[in-house]
Amino acid sequence: MLAYLSRRLISLVLSLAVASAVIFLVVEVAPGDPASYMLGINAQPETLAALREELGLDLPKWQRYLAWTTGMLTGDFGTSYTYRAPVAEIIGERLWISLPLALFALALSILLAFPAGLIAAATRGRAPDLGVMAFSQLGVAIPNFWFAMLLVLGFAITWRIFPSGGFPGWEDPLQALRALTLPAVALALPQAAILARVLRSSLIDALGEDYIRTARAKGLTRTQTLWRHGVRNALIPVLTIIGLQFSFLIAGGIIIEQVFYLPGLGRLIFQAISQRDLIVVGSTVMLLVFAVILVNFLTDLAYALADPRLRHR
Amino acid sequence: MSRNLILGGALTALFLGAALLSFLWTPGEVTAMNIPARLQPPGGDHLLGTDHFGRDILSMLMVGARTSIAVALVAVGIGLTLGVPLGLAAAAARGGLLDELISRTSDLIFAFPSLVIAILITAVFGPGAINAILAIGIFNIPVFARLSRGAALSLWTRDFILAARVAGKSTPRISAEHILPNIANLLIVQSTIQFSLGILAEAGLSYVGLGAQPPVPSWGRMLADAQTLVSLAPHVAVIPGLTIVFMVLGLNVLGDGLRDALDPRLKVLRT
Repeated sequence: MLAYLSRRLISLVLSLAVASAVIFLVVEVAPGDPASYMLGINAQPETLAALREELGLDLPKWQRYLAWTTGMLTGDFGTSYTYRAPVAEIIGERLWISLPLALFALALSILLAFPAGLIAAATRGRAPDLGVMAFSQLGVAIPNFWFAMLLVLGFAITWRIFPSGGFPGWEDPLQALRALTLPAVALALPQAAILARVLRSSLIDALGEDYIRTARAKGLTRTQTLWRHGVRNALIPVLTIIGLQFSFLIAGGIIIEQVFYLPGLGRLIFQAISQRDLIVVGSTVMLLVFAVILVNFLTDLAYALADPRLRHR
Repeated sequence: MSRNLILGGALTALFLGAALLSFLWTPGEVTAMNIPARLQPPGGDHLLGTDHFGRDILSMLMVGARTSIAVALVAVGIGLTLGVPLGLAAAAARGGLLDELISRTSDLIFAFPSLVIAILITAVFGPGAINAILAIGIFNIPVFARLSRGAALSLWTRDFILAARVAGKSTPRISAEHILPNIANLLIVQSTIQFSLGILAEAGLSYVGLGAQPPVPSWGRMLADAQTLVSLAPHVAVIPGLTIVFMVLGLNVLGDGLRDALDPRLKVLRT
């Protein structure tokens, strides 16, 4: 287990190093000088040079890369050019919308997918199964931002149950959750469709195993067998997909935040891009990539704990 | 022919046909504004109604199909032409340094949230169809590399490959003449899935303003324009959305049908 862990840790660190280098390079070759953006077109060359020095823009690229990455390790994400505030602080504020949104959506997707997948596997080939499969086929074909617009049309404009956009802050948790409900539903639908399908096929595979026949022969009912032996063994591939979906929830969240005017990380990235606030862009994207790589790492780890055979691969 | 194959094939052919037809004929002018005729509901002079500038929605959808299909198709092409040779090379060098390098790199790209990076690329290098193609295409490379490596690995242990080896064929020749034809079915099925994902990704990028730029119509931007009008004229949001759903649905059903027809045991990558 220790050898496995150290091998996985090395590849985690390598992934992060490569990811940060790629993000740094992409942001670096972006046209436009942040200093001239901040000072406007009438800036004196001396003021411009002074500001570039203050921001560290005059240093060689590799030095700035090292300063950026080592800074992030200690929680220092640099200072935003436009907000004139530490990037870590800005991201921290926005995280309080994006993270709850992703978790809310993940919870909804699991709540929806589990019963659906179970019912489909238990009634394989019959009407409920066909219904779940049709829902799943439709769910992956619907763009979530369009689904979001339909939700707004139905639940915010026609019936006025939920707000159509914006975020009131967490002072009133109930209002905050109401504001996040439609975005979370929009995000969760396609994920639930995929998850239900994976759970169904994984359950059907598990139900074909010998130990299921043994359990039935031993006298357990179909339902007991399904719960005690089927679900348990079907969970491993499902956990992997849930880990992967976190990445999709983060990316999907960026677009959904645009639909609902939620001031989360996604809107931060877009605002920062249009203002050429490159340090905010780079650090936010790096944080998202870090979160995804970390979740995948933890999923692998959970996998190895659950199934000892995987440690030797 | 299975029902999936017919239904999926018909839907896909319909959209491809509409896109091709739009080069020759559209029911209305796509760029001409006609403000007095704006936001007309479907059914009148304009079969699918008009948008806020009075443009014919059906015509815009037909021309928009061109953009969506072109972007997704070229992105699949990038994935195939770069990913498949890489995967085959990795399988041929199984366990070696080249295999490690290719496999780890594709693992790494897989770990990136693709849409985040696509947004970063298009935002930094400027929005437009070409950058959208690149942003989507890059993430197709590891999909095809991983898929063809896995399929090729199991083929390399088969007797007919050994026979080819004994006959004196080189590794690249065996990969091209014996491995590739045997994984072609799998690649075809995966291509339809990546095609449909590409359509969705293109719609997402153009919805946030990072896809094809005006005046070129695109499905995603039609939805973005419709967002503020949704309560006034729901059809401007509902119709382009349904178009995307049917296109993606058609491709997915076609993929399922092709898989069943070619080889039901094929294991495709679905995320």
